[in-house]
Amino acid sequence: MSAPARNLSGADGLKRLSVATPDRPLRLDSGRTLENVEIAYETWGALNADKSNVVVVCHALTGDQFAASPNPVTGRPAWWDLVVGPGLPVDTDRFFVICSNVLGGCMGSTGPASRKPDGSYWGTDFPIITIADMVRAQIALLEHLGITDVFLAIGGSIGGMQVLEWTIQARDRVFAAIPIAVAPRQSAQNIGFYETGRQAIMADPNWRNGAYLAEGTRPDRGLAVARMAAHITYVSETSLKRKFDRRLQDRASKTFGFDADFQIESYLRHQGQTFVDRFDANSYLYITRAMDYFDLANEHGGALANAFRGLATRFCVFSFSSDWHYTPEESRNLVRALNAAGCETSYVSIDTDKGHDAFFVEEPEFWAGLRGFIDAAASARGLPGVLS
Amino acid sequence: MKSGPGTHGFRRADHVAIAQFINKGELVLDVGCGDGQLMELLQQERGARTRGLEVEQSGVNRCVSKGLAVVQGNADADLPVYPDDAFDVAILSKTIQELARPKFVLDELSRIARRVIVSFRNYGHWRVRTALLTTGRIPNLGQDTGWWSDGARRPCTARDMAELAAEAGLQIAAATPVDGKPVTGKSLGRLNWTAEELVFVLERKG
Repeated sequence: MSAPARNLSGADGLKRLSVATPDRPLRLDSGRTLENVEIAYETWGALNADKSNVVVVCHALTGDQFAASPNPVTGRPAWWDLVVGPGLPVDTDRFFVICSNVLGGCMGSTGPASRKPDGSYWGTDFPIITIADMVRAQIALLEHLGITDVFLAIGGSIGGMQVLEWTIQARDRVFAAIPIAVAPRQSAQNIGFYETGRQAIMADPNWRNGAYLAEGTRPDRGLAVARMAAHITYVSETSLKRKFDRRLQDRASKTFGFDADFQIESYLRHQGQTFVDRFDANSYLYITRAMDYFDLANEHGGALANAFRGLATRFCVFSFSSDWHYTPEESRNLVRALNAAGCETSYVSIDTDKGHDAFFVEEPEFWAGLRGFIDAAASARGLPGVLS
Repeated sequence: MKSGPGTHGFRRADHVAIAQFINKGELVLDVGCGDGQLMELLQQERGARTRGLEVEQSGVNRCVSKGLAVVQGNADADLPVYPDDAFDVAILSKTIQELARPKFVLDELSRIARRVIVSFRNYGHWRVRTALLTTGRIPNLGQDTGWWSDGARRPCTARDMAELAAEAGLQIAAATPVDGKPVTGKSLGRLNWTAEELVFVLERKG
C-alpha cells in the first residue's frame, strides 16, 4: 500500500524566486546546466538602508528555510528558534535574516521532486548537484533580492559546508562566517553511512528507479531506514545511554520477538516514520551525494589553506566534543588551514554530550560564544549594538 | 598606573613590560591568552594584530565576545597546527612555568614565530634563595596552596630559562625585569639575583 504521491514543490504559501531561466541557466559543477531554477526562501527582520545587515542562514540535510518561524506545510516549529529571533544571537531586531531551501531540496526549491519544463517529474533525471551549486543558487537568489554583500553566513553540518563555500564564492563579500559542526571534507565514514541510507531507499520496491512520483508510490520504508541509520550518527553514545540505555518500551520484559522491545528502537522508528511525512526520498539521495562530493582541499590544488588564502572574512568555527559525525579533530583541521591562510580565525570547542545535533538544542555555552562573536563582528561592521 | 584608551584601568605589569618589544603592524600569537587583556593592550597601544590560543572555555568565550580572534586549544598539544613563520612574535606571559611540556612548546613557538617573548617568575631572586637557605623550604611565590597543588609552577630561575632557550636554539636578544626599567648591560647573573619577574625576548640563533 502507499499514500498518494505528493509534490512538495507545488505546496502553497512558500515564497520563491526564479534564479535561473533558459536565457541565464545555472551552470553546475557536473558540466550540466539547469534552465529553470526556483529557490524557496524565508526572511525575518528588516534590510537596513545600506544593505549591510544581511545574515544568510544555511540549513542542514533535512532542514528547510523555516529557521525562525513555523513551517506552514509540515506544521513543524522553526528549527532554529533558539538561535534566530528577536534578542537572540542572530537578532532579527537588528539583522535581515534570509534562509533558503537548498537546490535539490523538497520544500519549494527546484529538486528531483519538481517538474521539468515538459511537466514530468525530474526524479533521477535531475542532475547531480554539489554544495558549490547550492551556494551558486543562493548567491543568485540574493542578487535577485538586490543584495550583494553578506554581514554573516552561519550554518551547521551541511549548512556549515555551505558557509565555507559562501566565503570562497562570494569572495570578500562575506564579512563574518560561522561554520558549525562541520568538516572541510566529507569523511569516508560519513560517505559510508549515507551510502547505506541511499541503498536502503533504492532497495525499497516503491522507489521504482526514482520514478515513484510518476508511478504514485512512496519509498517510505527505505527512507525511514536511511533516517534511522543517519540519526544514530547525530547523537552520542553518552546521550543515548542517558536517554534510553537498555530500558524497555512499555513492557516489563523482553518479548522474544522483533517488536520494538527497547526504547531506542521505538525512538528510531518514530524518527524514521515522522521523517517520511516531510521529506522526499530522491532529495535525500541528491543532497547526501552533494555532501559526499564535498572536499575543499581537492578543489583547491590539494591544499586546504589555498581555499581561504587572502580572505578578509573573519571566521568563528564551533565544534562539539561528542560529535562523531563531524569531529572536533576535523574542525581543528579547518582551523589549521584558516590560520595557515592568514584568516582572522576563532575556534570554540563546546564540551557537551549531545553529539552532532547539539547546535539545535539547548547549549548555553554555544549560545554565549555565538552571541559574543556576532556582536563583536556587528560592532566592527558598524552595525547597531544590542542596546541601541 | 595610568590607564590607556579602551582599557579598564588595570594592566598587568608583565603585559606592559612585554608590550614595549612589540612593533606596529606585527602579527602576534598570545599563547595562554586568558581573557585577552594582553591582546587588547597590544592592539590598542602598539598597533599590533593579534591571535590567541586559550585552553579554558570561559576565556575563549570572553575573548570572542570582545572581537578577539582566539582558538580554543592546548599549548602542550595544538601548536603543531600552525605553519612555519606564521607570526612575527609569539608570547608566553606567565605561562611557560605552568606547561606540561615547556621545551616542546618553546621548540614549536620558535618554528612558527620569528621572536618569542616569555615572562616568568624568577626563582633565582635573592629573597627566594635566602628563604630556601634559612627555612629549608621553597618559598610560595604564587597563589598555590602548596608545591603539590595541581598546576603548580615549575620553580626555574633566569639561568634555567636561558638554558632552556639555548636548548630550543634561541638566544636572548633582550631581557628586562618586569618591575624595573629596561636594562642594558646587566649580566644575566645580576638579573637572576635582583629581578622577581623577568621578560626575555628570544630570537633564533644565527
